[in-house]
Amino acid sequence: MDSSLLRNAEQAIELSKSLGASDAWASVSRSHGVNFEMRNGVLEKVEDSTSRGLSIRLWVDGRYSAHSTNDLKPQSLESFIKEAVAVTRALQADPFRVIPDPALFEGRSKQDLDLVDRSIASVTREERLEMLQAMNQRIVGKDKVLSTTAAVSTSENESAAMSSNGFSGSFETTGMFVFADVVLDEDGKRPEEAFYGGGHHRSELPSVDEVADTALRLAYNRLGTKKGPTKKTTMVVDPRSAGSIVGRLLGALDGGSLQQRRSFWAGKVGQEAVSPLLTIVDDPLIVRGLSSRPFDGEGIAAKSMPIIEAGVLRNYYIDTYYGKKLGMSPTTGSPSNRVLNLGDKNRDALIAELEEGILITSWLGGNSDSATGDFSLGVRGHLIENGKVGAPVSEMNVTGNLLSLFRSLRALGNDPWKYSAMKVPTLVFDEVNFSGV
Amino acid sequence: MSRINRRDMLGASLTGVAALSLPISFAGSGAIARAVLIDESPDDPFRDWFGIDEAMIAKVMAEMMSGGADFADVYFQHSRSNSVRLEDGLVSSASTGIDQGVGLRVVVGDQVGYAFTEDLTLESMLGAARTAAAIAKGSNRAVAPQRFALGKTHSFYHANVPWDQVGIDAKLPLLLRAETMTRDLDPAVKKIGVSWTDSDERVLIADSTGRVVRDRRPMSRLGVMVTAEKDGKLQAHSSNLAGRRELSWYTEDRLQQVSKEAVDRTMLLFDARRPPAGELPVVLAAGASGILLHEAIGHGMEADFNRKGTSIYSTMLGKEVAPKFVNIIDDGTQPFERGALNVDDEGNTTEKTYMVKDGILTSYLHDKISAKHYGVEPTGSGRRESFRHVVMPRMRSTYMESGPHTPEEIIANVKMGIVAETFTNGQVQIGAGDFTFYIKNGWLIENGKVTAPIKDVNIIGNGPEALRNVTMVANDYKLDSGGWTCGKDGQSVPVSQGMPTVLVSKMTVGGVNG
Repeated sequence: MDSSLLRNAEQAIELSKSLGASDAWASVSRSHGVNFEMRNGVLEKVEDSTSRGLSIRLWVDGRYSAHSTNDLKPQSLESFIKEAVAVTRALQADPFRVIPDPALFEGRSKQDLDLVDRSIASVTREERLEMLQAMNQRIVGKDKVLSTTAAVSTSENESAAMSSNGFSGSFETTGMFVFADVVLDEDGKRPEEAFYGGGHHRSELPSVDEVADTALRLAYNRLGTKKGPTKKTTMVVDPRSAGSIVGRLLGALDGGSLQQRRSFWAGKVGQEAVSPLLTIVDDPLIVRGLSSRPFDGEGIAAKSMPIIEAGVLRNYYIDTYYGKKLGMSPTTGSPSNRVLNLGDKNRDALIAELEEGILITSWLGGNSDSATGDFSLGVRGHLIENGKVGAPVSEMNVTGNLLSLFRSLRALGNDPWKYSAMKVPTLVFDEVNFSGV
Repeated sequence: MSRINRRDMLGASLTGVAALSLPISFAGSGAIARAVLIDESPDDPFRDWFGIDEAMIAKVMAEMMSGGADFADVYFQHSRSNSVRLEDGLVSSASTGIDQGVGLRVVVGDQVGYAFTEDLTLESMLGAARTAAAIAKGSNRAVAPQRFALGKTHSFYHANVPWDQVGIDAKLPLLLRAETMTRDLDPAVKKIGVSWTDSDERVLIADSTGRVVRDRRPMSRLGVMVTAEKDGKLQAHSSNLAGRRELSWYTEDRLQQVSKEAVDRTMLLFDARRPPAGELPVVLAAGASGILLHEAIGHGMEADFNRKGTSIYSTMLGKEVAPKFVNIIDDGTQPFERGALNVDDEGNTTEKTYMVKDGILTSYLHDKISAKHYGVEPTGSGRRESFRHVVMPRMRSTYMESGPHTPEEIIANVKMGIVAETFTNGQVQIGAGDFTFYIKNGWLIENGKVTAPIKDVNIIGNGPEALRNVTMVANDYKLDSGGWTCGKDGQSVPVSQGMPTVLVSKMTVGGVNG
């Protein structure tokens, strides 16, 4: 960790105070990323990026605003903050705009979240090329392959924050991911699939063989795709896609949506709103977790928080501003890792229990309404016939309401998707509306 | 990592500024809108906009070309952006941002080396130049230019008063006025949010041919969000206005228009139902329905996908893809529209490009790399989100020209189907050609008549099939004035879209079964 970041934050706070702010919060960050892409055996793109930035939040005479800049020259900084204070003064006073309560900073976990792998900063050009070549070679020349692109990316990020009311913290992460996609030629249609994996540590990477072979297998699975049927039937969602639908379910739990009356979760704390099979915990303290953190953007000490317990809603995501407006205590304004409870069977074992249904392997577009929970989503996947994964289908929609959908949750798998901050296994829902032919 | 989601999306999210720019400053006190001389055509844009000089660029360019590049360019960008928000009757939140830097690109064949720096010193730029040059060793012995000549550009969005000269005090009354208008429209309205964003961006592009061009790009957007309550039920919706516009464009009439749209669209939701599930005729209402073109054909015509052979359209050039009365355009030349560009992000002048002319697939959208690959002139479609990103062929403003039919004829022609009217987002899979778009408000058509409102319907179709199934096109072309943002490979750029009333005889409609 570079201690100059904390010093920069401290300087920005002092400057803000001296220029008229009653309170101030400053965050300084720096990141470096390298991305290599190789297509059909030829290195096609090399990107190297280094960014740094300062953001400040100001409270001036009961008024509030936020500002960011990447021009960190000392002479620029002073005029930047001077203008920021002037902008804040021009706004309307709002009694709910206050700096986060310092009591919330306390109790920060001492646990080592293990989010840094020093070796990632020194991954060489040769190592990257070797991984890319290995992935390309396993795919180029295979039956029907039109194009394949492999990518290897690394990142190193550090940030530090400080506030005028006693917060101070810094935070560092590294990351490395590998990716491969495959486009096949199938009589004018060009099915495409991709696979990737990675994490904070190099040791979290799947093998390049696994990434390439999985991408190729997923692409071959799409051959012969037809438009599926219009019918009401069981929907099985593959773990790689299940995080997305759970994300929609949890999307309207924030204080802003509640206070602006755009949340279908309003008034439901303590109620059994979805299937009792479902339990979800927000846990920012998972070792090596992709969204793990010691504190959130308001300095609130990270702790595990139940969201849904056996179908009963337990907590909202409440930040300081909306907490004041709603008369609720802040929890955290931003989600971290979300972990679902698990069942005892994997995807294929759950499918084996079904006579018919449709397996969703990916979503395509669609949306949901946070005020009502109504949704309609494009899907691709496979028919399920007599307990087996059958023919590939696409060009279909599923339509319904998120709360009703999760009330019809019949089973969860034991197979959560690894490379996501959303740890979601296979999900099985009854009686879902499919539109197709 | 940037390639995890390769699918391309279009969205009109109202909340938050798109990734386009970290906003910024109210020159000086922020309390006074000052009328100051504009430096739209500075004598020396290197010095006046970025504090650098020609000799520095020549040195950097020489370093970039040292490995034998075919081509190299530098993209300097400085952007200041502001956002302001009204909620519960108070304008009590604002944000500003300054973002600046230079992106350096070295091209050898189809290979691209890219690096950027936010620090505009010679030392940092030379470091980035070496990184970008490491992509490959070329055989080209082209010599980097020592002098740069200022190239001509269009002037589609000159601002009399640029955004960096407009104080926040001049914006507050707009937000408060929009709130009052919205509140007065219907007592069922319980919550109103008004959001404002503006940005002022300066770019300067110098390339290895010795050309330098500069552009100053304004952008602004006003959004109104509404939550209404009726019989104990809540519904929420929004509307917005956007363009490369200045403050004076946001007149009383336009504020009234956006407020009314937000309320009308919300109130319609209370009586709206879901249509039947399955394949149905879909009538696209004039205006924002251009989302169909963006997804069904636009992305597939971006020449990077075709150069790689991965687009469903890559073997269809010169072929008949739609009925004769169908003309589909991608256009960077519409004054003050969100998709307008005086020059693209490689310094090429923009144009009006026919992708489909009289039903025939006529041109892809090219950046410099794909144009060279195909041996054609670039179409001025090279775009990037910021100096942090590589250039790709992208859409600007995508629309269909008016056709021979009338909207009334089209509705009368449908026995059982739907009208698609307002949208939130769309997406496409380039290779398979499958695309979707989400209808927030629409109507049921029964026996040639519009009957009940519908809502929350996803449409999914296949690009080439949908074009073939365009059976009628009306004479009422309209460009949408909403703030659409297109995402591709993790890069967001502002776009526009338009459409006359159009009938597509069959697409899959997300609805409920029996």
